Amino acid sequence: MFLIPDDFFSRAIIAGIGFTLVAGPLGCFVIWQRLAYLGEAMAHSALLGIALAIVLDINLMVGVFSICLFIAFMLSRVNSDSFLSGDSVLGIMSHSTLAIGLVLISFMYWIRVDVLDFLFGNIISVTWLEIAMIYMASAVALGVIVFKWRAMIGLTVDEQIAAAEGLQPNQTRILLMILLAGTIAIAMKIVGIILTVALLIIPAATARQVAKTPEQMAMFAVAFGSASVVGGMFMSLEFDTPPGPSIVVFALLLFLSMATAMLMRRRSQEGV
Amino acid sequence: MKNDSDNSVLAKLQSVGVRRNNRWLVRDIDLTMHRGEIVSLIGPNGSGKTTVTKILAGSLEPDFGSVQRPPNIKIGYVPQSVTLDSTLPMTVQRLMDVPQPVDRSELIKVLTELDIQHLANASVQKLSGGEFQRALLARALLRKPDLLILDEPTQGLDVHGEALLFNRIAKIRDRMNCGILIVRHDLHLVMVQTDTVVCMNVHICCTGTPERVQKDEAYLNLFGKKAFEARALYSHLHDHDHRLDGSIKDL
Repeated sequence: MFLIPDDFFSRAIIAGIGFTLVAGPLGCFVIWQRLAYLGEAMAHSALLGIALAIVLDINLMVGVFSICLFIAFMLSRVNSDSFLSGDSVLGIMSHSTLAIGLVLISFMYWIRVDVLDFLFGNIISVTWLEIAMIYMASAVALGVIVFKWRAMIGLTVDEQIAAAEGLQPNQTRILLMILLAGTIAIAMKIVGIILTVALLIIPAATARQVAKTPEQMAMFAVAFGSASVVGGMFMSLEFDTPPGPSIVVFALLLFLSMATAMLMRRRSQEGV
Repeated sequence: MKNDSDNSVLAKLQSVGVRRNNRWLVRDIDLTMHRGEIVSLIGPNGSGKTTVTKILAGSLEPDFGSVQRPPNIKIGYVPQSVTLDSTLPMTVQRLMDVPQPVDRSELIKVLTELDIQHLANASVQKLSGGEFQRALLARALLRKPDLLILDEPTQGLDVHGEALLFNRIAKIRDRMNCGILIVRHDLHLVMVQTDTVVCMNVHICCTGTPERVQKDEAYLNLFGKKAFEARALYSHLHDHDHRLDGSIKDL
């Protein structure tokens, strides 16, 4: 009988793969709809969510998820009539929520929290309960993505067409925001607040280079993301480097290898 | 004019108005679309044409007036300009399945009809403007729409390409028996096959057959006699097409 190994290393890999299952397809949407900076702002605000969750004594992931949703909602209120562009508002919210979060946590002398764990993740301390939560959240998010995939692709292709043909693009956009907030809440434990967006974007960017269709890109992104988790964890074990950043470095190595391979292939096809 | 009460009506707007920021985008619009009818909606920039198409398509609820549409009317929409983000991998064939997968043999038939079957596996971002436009038209057609809305379909086409497209649109109408709304800001050349021209500038200035609208006082006031006279009209009657090397090919 095959037993799931119960050591910190295996738990870390299992948790990481649970995250990439949803980060793959969602990372594609972040790239397609240019949401990288929004994702960044949501991720930064997560620290405020953590602080509030500690004060209110609720689950950290729930706190992060709620605050990310709040950020997305506030941003949707910014329109072209506002005196600041969405870009500037994002900048203000992104950094001030991070700062408020840091200040609030520094007040909480009664609990010992290591802020670095939140900033860069602490995947090797992941518990089975957290893994269960990660997989449950991933399963729900994946279910929504699969169920709403056509509408989401329709919105990505062209919003006007989607609106005219009754796909309700605004609803779909809100759904994407909720999914993004959920993904960031999961990512916090794995790579931390600072590197979350990297793990959304880099595997999807690697996948873009070989994919012919949106579906292929999403599936390749999951594959490259999972490979990054496994590769990064072994790298971390071998060189005694921090796991979160190692995973991102490994993802980048995959991206660069793919870019080089594609460049060489194009060169050889052109007969240079 | 056909009888409005029959079941060929696809959409009926009555005294429809939309007001935003204390300004009328459109007002007092009466417009009825029938099955098998080609309507050209013309008007200068900012005259509210797009607002009317949105109301027809049901994506915008007007503030005033009434809209009657039979339930489950299928809209096919080909927008004015679409630029597909280069980050989205998309072949012509995959684009046809947005939003719903379509029948393969039907797909090949429509692509052939629009002369882009050889591009089925090409990446959408590598198409020329005209090819992409036809791909978008093919996608809209594969939805088997009851009402096909074409927003500035001839943008970027030369006179010959325009005539070719108009022929194709007329054929589509005959084959699919759908209503077709063509939106244009160029008023001087409407499609020969147009049944009704609706000329608007916030409100509807005049309606009628192409011949009638041309002589209408409101039309002349709106676009100016001078501008009209500066162009000569010539009804192309192409009975052939050219291959790339210039040789003649029968249509």
